Amino acid sequence: MSMNPDSTTRGTVAPRSASELFLAFMKLGLQGFGGVLPVARHALVENYRWLTMAEFTDIVSRCQALPGPNIVNVSICIGGRHFGARGAIAASAGLLFAPFVLLLLLAVLYSGYSQVPAVTNALRGVSAVAAGLILGTVMRMAASPRLRTWRALFGVAAFAAVSWLRLPLALVLAVILPLSIGAAWYQRPREAAQS
Amino acid sequence: MMDRLSILSLDFAVLSLLSVGGASSVLPEMHRSLVEVHGWMTSREFADLYSLAQASPGPNVLVVSLFGWQSAGIAGAIVATLAMVVPSSVLTFYADRMLWQAAGAKVWRDILDNALAPVTVGLIAASGVLVASANLSHVLAPVLTVACALISWRTKFHPLWMIAIGAAAGIAGIV
Repeated sequence: MSMNPDSTTRGTVAPRSASELFLAFMKLGLQGFGGVLPVARHALVENYRWLTMAEFTDIVSRCQALPGPNIVNVSICIGGRHFGARGAIAASAGLLFAPFVLLLLLAVLYSGYSQVPAVTNALRGVSAVAAGLILGTVMRMAASPRLRTWRALFGVAAFAAVSWLRLPLALVLAVILPLSIGAAWYQRPREAAQS
Repeated sequence: MMDRLSILSLDFAVLSLLSVGGASSVLPEMHRSLVEVHGWMTSREFADLYSLAQASPGPNVLVVSLFGWQSAGIAGAIVATLAMVVPSSVLTFYADRMLWQAAGAKVWRDILDNALAPVTVGLIAASGVLVASANLSHVLAPVLTVACALISWRTKFHPLWMIAIGAAAGIAGIV
């Protein structure tokens, strides 16, 4: 990677073109099994050096606060900062296109073989693992300091409302989010003093 | 078919804007819509498609492409994917430009992060339970689920290996 004299400080370089963004995110998308974010950190911070680690963490936490798939949001932010809407479209399209085509090919295979016992059995095993991976992520996320407060009860309430009561998500969020945001706002000064 | 496409695009466009924390947090809502309300697939197919997406590389959100495909073919896949990705991306694009780069936004970002974090974790937990509950008929499947949860929580063991082990255990008839 050549040093670009126009790039920002802190040893980072800027992507040279929207097509470089497209190709870089395509490579990322194809490497990410069970989540692209860990691969993205390695590639964007260490390989391409488009971002420092601090900038990466910053962008990811912003993107998590917004709706939408986190890694797609990350691609939108990075692409958008460098080449505007063109960059955002190039990065996100690069990220999604190849895995999308691959997945549809798998789906066509699945529809042809969904009656074959080995295929259904394999998928049943994979789905038991997939459930475990989701719950493992939950346990990791639950370690966040943001959940070390009574406001974690809003999470329990959201879980119960969706999982047990099977209420529509829009209704659940319409009730819980204002309460949760209000509580976080009310607790803001004390938390700021603690940290 | 046009009906299905318009329902898909509307449903997923709304979910796109509700999916704080990513696609996994709206998985139960997709299940409610596709399986319980519209009956376009069974719970088993829903779980199978989710597993297929997990076993394939790429962002997890692409599971919606498979749900769209199962509901309305290739057109469904394209419509569902665009509907799920475009609204949140447009919002992120403008939010990144205006809100997040503005001075003074940090306080509100912290408040929002603090407010959203517990809710996001609760919703993702509901997704985990949903996917796990498709396997309750097999005694050892919940054991495998719990084992994988602990492994991915406590170790850096690559998810792909666990997925391969799960497929092998399924073929061998263990789960």
